[in-house]
Amino acid sequence: MTKIVICGVGGQGIILASDILSLAAMEAGYDVKKSEVHGMAQRGGSVISNCIFGKKVYSPLIGFGEGDILLAFEKLEALRGLPYLKKDGTMIVNDYEWPPLTVASGDVVYPENTIETLKDKVKKLVSVDGVKIAMDLGNIRTTNVVLLGVLARFLPFKRESWLSVIERRVPGKTLEINKTAFLSGFPSEV
Amino acid sequence: MREFISGNEAVARGAYEAGCRVACAYPGTPSSEILENIAKYKDKIYCEWSTNEKVAMEVTSGAVFAGARSLVAMKHVGLNVAADPLFSMAYIGATGGFVIVSADDPGMHSSQNEQDNRNYARAAKIAMLEPSDSEEARLLTKLGFDISEQFDTPVLLRLTTRISHSYGIVNTEKREEHPPKTYNKDIKKRLILPAHARVRHIFVEERLEKLREYSNGFFLNKIEWGDKDVGIITSGISYQYVKEVFPEASVLKLSLTWPLPDKLIREFANNVKEVIVVEENDPFLESEIRAMGIKVVGKEKVPLTGELDPYILKRAFGFSEEIHSTRSIPSRPPVLCAGCSHRGVFYCISKLKLTATGDIGCYTLGALPPLNALDTCVCMGASIGNSFGLELALGDEIRDRLVAVIGDSTFFHSGITGLIDIVYNRGTSTVIILDNFTTAMTGHQEHPGTGKTLMGEGTRKIALEDIARACGVENVYVVDPYNLKETEEVIKREVKRREPSVIIARRPCALRVKPEPPLRVIPEKCTGCKLCLRLGCPAISMKDDKAVIDKYLCNGCGMCKQVCLKDAIVNE
Ligand code: SF4
Ligand code: SF4
Repeated sequence: MTKIVICGVGGQGIILASDILSLAAMEAGYDVKKSEVHGMAQRGGSVISNCIFGKKVYSPLIGFGEGDILLAFEKLEALRGLPYLKKDGTMIVNDYEWPPLTVASGDVVYPENTIETLKDKVKKLVSVDGVKIAMDLGNIRTTNVVLLGVLARFLPFKRESWLSVIERRVPGKTLEINKTAFLSGFPSEV
Repeated sequence: MREFISGNEAVARGAYEAGCRVACAYPGTPSSEILENIAKYKDKIYCEWSTNEKVAMEVTSGAVFAGARSLVAMKHVGLNVAADPLFSMAYIGATGGFVIVSADDPGMHSSQNEQDNRNYARAAKIAMLEPSDSEEARLLTKLGFDISEQFDTPVLLRLTTRISHSYGIVNTEKREEHPPKTYNKDIKKRLILPAHARVRHIFVEERLEKLREYSNGFFLNKIEWGDKDVGIITSGISYQYVKEVFPEASVLKLSLTWPLPDKLIREFANNVKEVIVVEENDPFLESEIRAMGIKVVGKEKVPLTGELDPYILKRAFGFSEEIHSTRSIPSRPPVLCAGCSHRGVFYCISKLKLTATGDIGCYTLGALPPLNALDTCVCMGASIGNSFGLELALGDEIRDRLVAVIGDSTFFHSGITGLIDIVYNRGTSTVIILDNFTTAMTGHQEHPGTGKTLMGEGTRKIALEDIARACGVENVYVVDPYNLKETEEVIKREVKRREPSVIIARRPCALRVKPEPPLRVIPEKCTGCKLCLRLGCPAISMKDDKAVIDKYLCNGCGMCKQVCLKDAIVNE
């Protein structure tokens, strides 16, 4: 069984990313469960989505210390999500800072050297500048799919099945750029 | 066909397959997507957003009288609103299958309390089903209609957030048709005068005994034998956590959880050394099983508050591993969106230092810093009565600086009766209705003021100002909350008025309209006074002692430009 935690800020496209991930797992013949929270949490608050696949999946929820991979869309949220990762788990972090309102108003400070802190704690850390890659492609909104591409490197699904799920799930006019975004995270030489 | 769908979508699918013909709801997280998904089958199922949960229950009850299979859905606290017809329908029974869906919210992801609605099934003496994943949500919804008709009872389908919003693989089936039977007038059944109700009460008690027998043989109340040292009794989502944490244990998985299968529980308990009950929130199963004289381990280990998950369960039984710890990090609470029209009103309330009773919706977020604009939030519609009560208790001390703040959909839901109460009882309260043409928090559903139904048909738009006037309020004003000066002036004037007034702050929800081009701070002009930060707009932050606007987040509402005294904020 593989347990993946995706965390970030409401509005970063986490739900779409975990949708694509789950469907790719289903395509590959696994049992899959996914869990996320709607409502209050989607208004710019911290968001967490869980995806679990394997021969037979019971809990749709991943507890502390259980995640095999944690994909964080934002650095502060990476720190917040850390307890969900297994001691020897892999973390993929988007090297991006989105200060919460409490920081923007100057009440508290955004932690410094997040990547270094994470490096010290996590067995394997992959840091990606997903926002820059997406901006270079011409659409910041594809950051989620760039990061999904990086995640794909660590998962046993074929590139074609990922792409076919993206074709089904992503609306027509942004399809091409999303495919390019995915492949920039998951280039064929990896 | 195999599909990957949420528990809510699976309930909709189950209703469709069962031949459901009428479905009603008022949106509420985590239940809202049930009716949104039923709307996909609108050629077969009439569906509506009702004005509130009580109305939804009454409309479906009427369809049930006529023998049409019907479903009503709501969040847990919605069932409080609908409790009155629920208890009557428990006596009246179900000519057509009647499934009542309650989506509870352990952990309070989006709710004001953690009430456990399994207690309603017991109190109303009706059958209850609890699915543990999407496939069971589909199947039990279907079976719910059958059980309802077979035993002449409403059936409570109890979901929780993790069932509603978790996805799993389901196997869909074809729809069965159940045309409504012919309607027969039957006052002994449906007109529950005391004389009729006394007879029906006897029926209800007998029905419960028949249901208990059925529960004992119900194929989804089942024992999975494993190691007989520990036997775990569980239901709903907790079953999944149990299977993960105690893979070896014997498990009694309950799906029909009211009335409980007494014989099956005894058989299970007699065959294991120790019985553990794993359930979220109230010790519902536990207290019933204890009352049967069976010794169990339950809430002394399993937490009473909050959601469970595999880690929490492991920790409760003392076998969790070491985990990564993080030092305390800045929290990230949800915020009103950039450009949210509510912000203007809250900014004014905060500036005028008013006492404001609040209500339920996105706008409850106006209570958070830096706006700090709300004093109270109780339940749907409460802002209006609460404000009147404060006025009665404190009189002149508070009268001139008191407002009630309520959203458009909430006002239709249960604000109108409160407003009439103020007019009737000679109050002077000021009610601000935040009219953004949608039920935003729960995912932008239509309501009586939007001119559109759930089934996508155009309908008469009910104007809030017409309602306010019809309730007897003479001072009714409409303001644009993006215009801070106007909004502030009108609020200031109306709170002082010794008569009831209604201010309608009207602007569509920012997520429903095309944003304007972003604004920009001229760094040379910005003095770093942080005045604009008082709006609490997520697009504005400080960098090197100057305000900066994130151009991807800004929606161009222009409120910050009005707040800045140095003209440092300009249109691009
Ligand atoms: S969804 Fe609409 S109403 Fe809710 S916070 Fe955002 S802009 Fe405001
Ligand atoms: S114009 Fe100002 S207040 Fe409005 S969304 Fe942009 S930054 Fe926020």
